[in-house]
Amino acid sequence: MAKDSIKIRMPALGGQGAVTAAHIAATAADTVGYYAVSNPFFGAEKRMAPSESYTRIGTVPIYDRGEVIYPDIIMIYHPQVITMGKSYTMPFYAGIKENGLVIINSDADLLTSEDKKFLDSMNVKVLTRDFTKFAIEKAGTELATNMAMLGALFGALGTIDKPAIEEGIKDRFLKKYTASGGTATLDSVIEKKFKKKLDLIEKNLETASAAYDLTEAWAKEVGLDQILESASMVQGERVI
Amino acid sequence: MSIKNMTEEKNWSGQKLVSTDYMLFEAPREKHFMTGSEVLKEAVKRCTVDASVSYPITPQSEAAHLIGELWAEGYVGVYFRGENEFGVMSEVQGCSMAGARTITTTSGPGTLRAMENFPTWSGTRIPCQLVLMARGINSPLSIQPDNLEVSFLLETGCMIWYAENVQELFDMSIAAFTVAEQPDVHVPIITSVDGFFVSHTREAVMLPPDDIALRPYNPYAAPLPPIDSEMPPGRFLRDPFVMKSNYISYATHASWQWEVRSAVERSKPYARHYLNGLAHTTGDEDAEVAFVACGTAAHQAKEAQRELTKLGVKSKVVKLRTIRPFPHEELLEAVKDVKYIFVPEFNIVGWLEKEVSKSLYGKCDAKIVGRPRVAGGMSMPAEAILQEVFENTGLKKGA
Repeated sequence: MAKDSIKIRMPALGGQGAVTAAHIAATAADTVGYYAVSNPFFGAEKRMAPSESYTRIGTVPIYDRGEVIYPDIIMIYHPQVITMGKSYTMPFYAGIKENGLVIINSDADLLTSEDKKFLDSMNVKVLTRDFTKFAIEKAGTELATNMAMLGALFGALGTIDKPAIEEGIKDRFLKKYTASGGTATLDSVIEKKFKKKLDLIEKNLETASAAYDLTEAWAKEVGLDQILESASMVQGERVI
Repeated sequence: MSIKNMTEEKNWSGQKLVSTDYMLFEAPREKHFMTGSEVLKEAVKRCTVDASVSYPITPQSEAAHLIGELWAEGYVGVYFRGENEFGVMSEVQGCSMAGARTITTTSGPGTLRAMENFPTWSGTRIPCQLVLMARGINSPLSIQPDNLEVSFLLETGCMIWYAENVQELFDMSIAAFTVAEQPDVHVPIITSVDGFFVSHTREAVMLPPDDIALRPYNPYAAPLPPIDSEMPPGRFLRDPFVMKSNYISYATHASWQWEVRSAVERSKPYARHYLNGLAHTTGDEDAEVAFVACGTAAHQAKEAQRELTKLGVKSKVVKLRTIRPFPHEELLEAVKDVKYIFVPEFNIVGWLEKEVSKSLYGKCDAKIVGRPRVAGGMSMPAEAILQEVFENTGLKKGA
């Protein structure tokens, strides 16, 4: 049965754009009428250090804040989260709820047979895929990995469409945005890579869209049940 | 842009001047999606702020930076970076004593470094605003939300309000100036939020238009005269009574401290009006269990309250919005019929539980449980709150 609210945990490494992805995910969900909240959690701000982001989406008001201890969905942005324990929880799937989903960005299967046994027992579906390679193929840069992951998430969810993702991405890159020094530097790196900001948005959208199609097909193939109920289930006028 | 451009109708940046009632209750609002740091910029933008002093420390650096952008955009009169937090809070005092509506922000260790200034602020009766984005304090070290620092501020004579989310931070930081500047109140105000849980969290928020702003602060209505060419900074600071070493000096010190605390109490009717009450209660009226909390802990308790309803247990959440003044009457009224009171907190000492226990002592038979408590930036899932409820009461799931 689809849930009235879900929590998504995104363990990543500093510089991969998980904070950006979580914010875009929440903005996109807000656009189609869900209640949505996103927040990051990090220690010293440096590249390749553990950095987590969280998005909560629901058809009911969301009060829960901070780290997601009991996630419905886990998105692993980098193999080192698993192989080197670069996350705030060990094992990486600690706290995962039944009927959940794990998306892992890796070119190799990183799960032990014990991991698989446990996740199977919880009816958690796992998708391992090299989304960094996917991003390089689609956008020409590994910096679009977060967009591929984002598209993959929404393809699996199926209740937040591509135009909403577009809104979220435009909100992030066209509006004046508050970012820490590190993020501002990465923004300028990626902006230089593409001649124009609109090119950047176009490439990001293409990447997210292709990943959306990929996981939408995968979800059908593995029989993934609908995780989150439709935004039309929001009762009455949405309150803040 | 200059203060000379002020008119009766518009401030120096051309915003139409409106009453606080219009700003908070009447102006049409539109939905935005932003973080706590971003919303503080929006609040300051609408407050005709004369001065702001900043110093970077996570998690309030973005907010401080954004107030600086407001200065660059012409909305804030003066903006500069202090030498450190002690310098910042001293400079805030100087600006405020000179008659400027002044705001600053800090977090965690910055708060403690600046400590001497806070009771000095209240003693000089300045109506400045500190937005505290709570973070752990040393040692070892945490940059994550942990509001232990608030316990250090409780007896400084400053008002302390606590906002739960991005929306409340916006509304409270506007109301804060207005309440602090009432001539019969006129004490500093500390508007607190939990760092990261509010400062870095992006969520929906309703904002009035940005072409309106609060009327300017009138320093000539202050209980202590502002600095001008006749009046040195705070006569009693320059020429303190204690130098006389007679009985009057001690009596003055004692009575002035009473007066500062009375001024904080006198803020209650204003705060009740502009905050729509000092405490907000949600959940079941005939609850057996009450959660008394502030800030993010209130949010987490609401999540637990919703789960308890599903499990057949009646509960309510009493969210305290002002800590100084402490809402004794509102708290007692809200919990008078409950059997159990839980005080979930994001610090290890349980300062709110102490406040609640002291307030209810001899007036309420409910069992008070100061749990769960998490610290150092750990989160407080509803599951942890439910576990405490079932372990500390005779209640059963599905009863």
